[in-house]
Amino acid sequence: MLILAIETSCDETSAAVVKDGVEVLSNPIATQTEFHQKYGGIVPEIAARKHVELISPIIQEALDKANITFKDIDAVAVTYGPGLIGSLIVGVCAAKAIAWTQKIPLIGVNHLEGHIYANLLISNFQFPISNLFPFLCLLVSGGHTMIVHVKGHGNYETLGRTRDDAAGEAFDKVARVLGLGYPGGPLIDKLAKEGNPNSIPFKHPMIEGEYAYDFSFSGIKTAVVNHVKSLQSTVNSVQKKNIAASFQKVVVETLVEKLIKAAKDKNVQTVSIAGGVSANSELREYAQKRADEEKLKAMIPPFEYCTDNAAMIGGAAYYKFKRKDFSPLSLKPLASLRL
Amino acid sequence: MKITTERASETIELGKKIGASLKENDVVALFGELGSGKTTFSQGIAKGLLIKDYVISPTFILINEYKGRIPLYHIDLYRLEKIDDIKDLGIEEYFYKNGVCLIEWAERLGPLLPKNAKIIEFEIIEENKRMINIKEPVANL
Repeated sequence: MLILAIETSCDETSAAVVKDGVEVLSNPIATQTEFHQKYGGIVPEIAARKHVELISPIIQEALDKANITFKDIDAVAVTYGPGLIGSLIVGVCAAKAIAWTQKIPLIGVNHLEGHIYANLLISNFQFPISNLFPFLCLLVSGGHTMIVHVKGHGNYETLGRTRDDAAGEAFDKVARVLGLGYPGGPLIDKLAKEGNPNSIPFKHPMIEGEYAYDFSFSGIKTAVVNHVKSLQSTVNSVQKKNIAASFQKVVVETLVEKLIKAAKDKNVQTVSIAGGVSANSELREYAQKRADEEKLKAMIPPFEYCTDNAAMIGGAAYYKFKRKDFSPLSLKPLASLRL
Repeated sequence: MKITTERASETIELGKKIGASLKENDVVALFGELGSGKTTFSQGIAKGLLIKDYVISPTFILINEYKGRIPLYHIDLYRLEKIDDIKDLGIEEYFYKNGVCLIEWAERLGPLLPKNAKIIEFEIIEENKRMINIKEPVANL
């Protein structure tokens, strides 16, 4: 069964052809980063316009690479939220047009659900699907930070989420304070490799009790601002490396330790990471290391499925197709859609 | 009126008091650097508007909407440095949308800042200490 999937929730225009929910036949991604770089982040109006320009060529590219035509597709899937509203509209309109003209089902997919299903795509497939559930997913991106208890297909419980800044946002803001540029995640990751992660004792944000799986990254962001201010002169390159390394260490440890704690508390044997921040090399290494120590299975998607992509949407859509969970042609994009 | 808060919970409490006094089409403009307490204060405003949801930073998505006793439009202009980008965002529509418009990084608004905006400035004094300067026109304080 072939699903054509479309993802335009933020600043990546992507289309993919996915076979039976696991095999990615094509997954071209056009990133707009260069257009947003000078603004230090995504500008919604620019993103929407670029999606309009890129959407048709990207869909054609996805079909060509998969060596199929519109006639071979069984369903069309699209991200309908959460995300930037202008960006979402472009993908949703394209998907509706294809569903209507080809007379095939339309499947609206939650972007967050897509990130979770990145773990089920075949190139990362380590365990039989029947034994997969339940698992915990640490979903970390520029706009989201949450721990989700995935009990079965389409069956999720959010155990914890951020109370202020998302982890990816903290990376972007710290990168800006250090004058590194945008996007901040990869730049800090690179710089941190050359710094001493124990040079500055930034505090781990602690939340206890009933909300122990919640996150807060506003405090460490402020701590970095205060630290930079406390330096007598402008930050030199050694100091930048040390700040990046010390900051990243605290963020990564906080994310992973909460995930591990939740797995133990809930007696869940498998943990996974997803979302753009899961491309961070230290997060990937530390999650694997801690899972091994605790004798848990760890699912860590390949890089290309961590950041926004349409293949993960096609993966999630397959199981919705099997449940006949279709969307009407009146499907509305929702900027603040919840899991 | 200048108020010093010693910790985040005091900043939230102050926001809650102001939030409770807000009515439809009020615009609250927050000025101040990164980490000076704007989002923390916004969480208090939301409490004052009887919003149960977590109010998180809207930096990434630029505008978050919440349902309370009246709607809250929580806007963050941190990433938009050019006035034209802000105009493109259609921010002015939110000033008249029958809710409370709460704007972080309001310094970016320049001439677009509405005349009726309640201006509140934030300053970092020490690690956890913040100076919050509530300027006119804020009634009932």
